[in-house]
Amino acid sequence: MRADLEIIQDWIAPGSRVLDLGCGDGSFLAHLKATRNVSELGMEIDADNILRCLRAGVNVIEQNMDKGLKNFETGSFDTVLLAHTLQALHRPDEIVDEMLRVGKNCILTFPNFAYWRHRLSLLTGGRMPKSPQLPYEWYDTPNLHHCTISDFDELCRTRNIKVLHRTVVDDNHHSTALMRMAPNFFGINAIYHIAR
Amino acid sequence: MTVDAVQKKIPADSVGLVSPQRLHFDAPLQLRSGRTIEQYDLMVETYGTLNEERNNAVLICHALSGDHHAAGYYDANNPKEKPGWWDCCIGPGKPFDTNYFFIVCLNNLGGCAGSTGPSSINPETGKPFGPDFPIITVRDWVNSQARLADRLGIEQWAAVIGGSLGGMQVMRWAISYPQRLRHALIVAAAPKLSAQNIAFNEVARQSIMSDPDFHQGRYYDFNTYPQRGVMLARMVGHITYLSDELLRSKFGKEGEGAEGNFGRDLRTGKLSFGFDTDFQVQSYLQYKGETFSKNFDANTYLLMTKALDYFDPAVDYGGDFSKPFAPSLCKFLVISFTSDWRFAPERSREIVDSLLRARKQVNYLEIDAAAGHDSFLLPIPRYMQALAAYMGRVAAECHTGGHR
Repeated sequence: MRADLEIIQDWIAPGSRVLDLGCGDGSFLAHLKATRNVSELGMEIDADNILRCLRAGVNVIEQNMDKGLKNFETGSFDTVLLAHTLQALHRPDEIVDEMLRVGKNCILTFPNFAYWRHRLSLLTGGRMPKSPQLPYEWYDTPNLHHCTISDFDELCRTRNIKVLHRTVVDDNHHSTALMRMAPNFFGINAIYHIAR
Repeated sequence: MTVDAVQKKIPADSVGLVSPQRLHFDAPLQLRSGRTIEQYDLMVETYGTLNEERNNAVLICHALSGDHHAAGYYDANNPKEKPGWWDCCIGPGKPFDTNYFFIVCLNNLGGCAGSTGPSSINPETGKPFGPDFPIITVRDWVNSQARLADRLGIEQWAAVIGGSLGGMQVMRWAISYPQRLRHALIVAAAPKLSAQNIAFNEVARQSIMSDPDFHQGRYYDFNTYPQRGVMLARMVGHITYLSDELLRSKFGKEGEGAEGNFGRDLRTGKLSFGFDTDFQVQSYLQYKGETFSKNFDANTYLLMTKALDYFDPAVDYGGDFSKPFAPSLCKFLVISFTSDWRFAPERSREIVDSLLRARKQVNYLEIDAAAGHDSFLLPIPRYMQALAAYMGRVAAECHTGGHR
């Protein structure tokens, strides 16, 4: 299992209701179901991934989260997940609001655009950063709204979002002393556990 | 010619030669209308074998014009015979795999393919029921199907599936008999008919009832048949089953036919400047209507459209469609098709959202398809893969003793 998911799963209560936005092939939900007996629902738009979910016995609905979560009742899930997709959405702030409405708590992950190598790439090369997290050319990328850890902290402050946990990790999803000291400079990936 | 020489080749993934059975039911069936059917027959076809645990049974509910003959062939010597109406889905290696499942399909009450219906003889009068046959609702059908399950020794279906009006029966199963099914597969259905849906049904009914050969539904007594009316009813119905896109691709080949065609195929290459059949789509519809009208009872058509119109489980719950599902225990798979405008994807999403509100386990797929409402009958690859994937899980449960 991906190391970030290993960190996330500790924040999910056994037997809870989990909604995974952009659930992929459903393997994380299948894992949560097997180990934590959660009642799961995935949301996905990729046909192949939906088929994989059905094969894995993971409940999945075909729905584009960019069109919102209006069809979900307030507080109808314990945890709403959004892994590595925030920066690819049209209005990330609106999705975060919606996630916090539908879920009692939310977990999201995103690549930190202010990581020092990204900064260096802009500063010295004058080029848009590319890295294992940001492998795309600027003209052909699903990512629309890059943000930094400081940006997201600011969003949480202004929108009265409580940060329950924040973990900043490297490519292998390990945290180092440097990252804990200066997360927005040394952190590559951010993992937030938030609530209202 | 020897028998071997005329015997057709039955595909390896077919259920092969099948024969229906007629089951008689003696106990009176109380109907939603308040009336009662004292006794009745149901025509039933089954494929595959019921296992020892009796947990691998699948019920297939047919739509408006369907019947019990869902798969396989009747006649080994007729090379022109078409297989049952859902043959693409049923058979060894197909989504409803007869290697794993015992599949049951019946002709619903009020039908005209052998089950008791308006064209059956009323034992009280010795004449066909005709208009005296009671109005049957989806609820009544499901009650009669539950009795069929009892008869077959099936306490709990592994899955119940249906498209269109069949999907409505699946929903009713989940509502009325929560203990008796583990999976509900609802394809191209709606929570209830829209005003537009009812309007189309009304045109169909008026076509039949205004045919001079209809005789208030007693046409059997007059040795006539309102064929014209049934044909018109089917023509209007058929338009709603197809999509604009499909009709364009069938009858709108660019550059063919005469000048002034503009993407609508002409029959003869020129306009008649009269009221003849100028365009291909006209003769296509007439052919479809005519073929149908030769094989379908007019009173049954009226009954089926009424069953559609009356379906509305939310009516007992102040219009909230999630509430009737409160007792449901099964998992749901809902499927819609992008070009379906009779029961559009939005209608399926209403079902999904209501099930989510009722905190049920739901799966939903919106299949890209050009064929409109009729897509649910077709072997569209993604649709077949999804059914096979889902039913694969259901089959695995049966092996591990899937019984609640």
